[in-house]
Amino acid sequence: MTRSITLGQYIPGQSFIHRLNPRLKILILVLILVLLFLLETFGALLASLATALAMFVLAGIPFSYLMRGLRPIFYIAFFALIIYFFFTSGGVVLLRIGFITVESEGVEQGLFIVARLVALVLFSLLVTLTTTPLSLTHGMGYFLKPLRYVGLPTEEVAMIMAVALRFIPTLMEESQRLMRAQLARGADFETGSIFRKAGNMVPLIVPLFVSAFRRADELAMAMEARGYRIGARRTRMHEDIITFKDWGALALVLVLVALVWVLSL
Amino acid sequence: MAAQPSTIIEAKDVDFYYPGGEDADSSALSGINLTVKQGEYLALVGPNGSGKTTFLKLLNALLIPTHGQVLVKGISTEVESTLPEVRRACGMIFQNPDNQLVATTVEEDIAFGLENLALPPEEIRNRVFKTATLLGLEKLLRQPPHLLSGGEKQRVAIAGVLVMEPECILMDEPTAMLDPAGRCDVLNTVRELNRNRNIAVIHVTHFPEEAAGANRVVVLNEGKLAADGAPVEVMTDLQFLHGLGLQGTTAVELAALLRQDSFPLPPQILYNRELVDSLCSLGQKS
Repeated sequence: MTRSITLGQYIPGQSFIHRLNPRLKILILVLILVLLFLLETFGALLASLATALAMFVLAGIPFSYLMRGLRPIFYIAFFALIIYFFFTSGGVVLLRIGFITVESEGVEQGLFIVARLVALVLFSLLVTLTTTPLSLTHGMGYFLKPLRYVGLPTEEVAMIMAVALRFIPTLMEESQRLMRAQLARGADFETGSIFRKAGNMVPLIVPLFVSAFRRADELAMAMEARGYRIGARRTRMHEDIITFKDWGALALVLVLVALVWVLSL
Repeated sequence: MAAQPSTIIEAKDVDFYYPGGEDADSSALSGINLTVKQGEYLALVGPNGSGKTTFLKLLNALLIPTHGQVLVKGISTEVESTLPEVRRACGMIFQNPDNQLVATTVEEDIAFGLENLALPPEEIRNRVFKTATLLGLEKLLRQPPHLLSGGEKQRVAIAGVLVMEPECILMDEPTAMLDPAGRCDVLNTVRELNRNRNIAVIHVTHFPEEAAGANRVVVLNEGKLAADGAPVEVMTDLQFLHGLGLQGTTAVELAALLRQDSFPLPPQILYNRELVDSLCSLGQKS
């Protein structure tokens, strides 16, 4: 069962998008998100949606992952549509039910907002699906680096996040084992009101916390034994090299943003 | 010129008190003198609470002796500035394989110690690959640790220590949480490293068979050295072992029972092979 735990949503691959430097990938994503907010025509939005889809194909990501990623925004999109359809006025009246009218302006704006939302999610999804959680963490850690000057130990924070990622499956395994152990002793996690259920989780949570603290203690000992020292200079096995290709991709997106911006002025 | 094996670890009059208990009765270790030479395989045994783990932690500078001194390759563990060298020379393997792997993939975990030494990435990658190949882990390099078996996890931990090119490996009951196959796997790995690379091993164990496989056995009891000698001397003295609540190997225990039934077996039987041989020769005589 625990074999199926995937960390984050990473799908291994060798595509251009997979190999893009994680730092620049994050930067490019931010730029694209800005770009999506600058776009003002349906044509431009549809073009960016098509680009996103093309990149999913290039990255070799199965269609099912795309749908799964869009599921969380389904309700938001649905309600946005309803609100725009019924409560925005202007343009031609398309539909009249009693005193409620659907007017063309509302339909147009609703569809535009939803298309933009889908594009935002698709591009973000593309990054999380093609970058390992560890690279993402290190990439984001890089952008946190300036905070070191206000006293935040950024290297250590990055290490904390990496260790947390490492222990998620271990702790999930453990919680399942604890759950089975408590079930075997007659515990009940299924029935009763929400408060009862929450109360019944106590015999699960307490031992999980106790063992997590014990693990933390042993892990700290093991890290120290292997020469880890807070504040000491470290290197990394996999260097974070930014290649010409990475710069090229960034330049391309920058040009695109500039172009759209100039055109929209 | 016959090269004298050099001294790796030297403990001089080591006393250790855990914080809070400073009076003489509550010492975790007292008056320990021990020298470990290059290439030795030393088994450290003793009842629960005898200070085995504490002693091991002293050798890796995880703990500092209250009195006395621990020298690793002549460097005192007390000196802050030489800590990285002490920890490189004396790697430590813990009991729980889950709680000592730090990174999200096998290769990054093996690299952890080298990253702490701030070596160039190129060199780290080379050494990680070489070590992984040596221990047969090269196919698992990209695996996350939670998908490995217990024996494999422990081998990764050994690789993480070995990659630092240590002179000594400290092991705190490394096989206690493994199944028999994993135990065998880990023991063979360590024995090979000890023989072929001349790395000293200090192995804390509860298994008499593992202690019998060492070339020196040290017994701790209530924080003091109770015995120090070859397995054939220490591990065959059943009266002494049972007095401390320890056991001999199956062969030793069985031979003792047979002697009680007045079978004339020689006194120094330690391994199954020896027991079988002497039983066979007994059978031929009668």
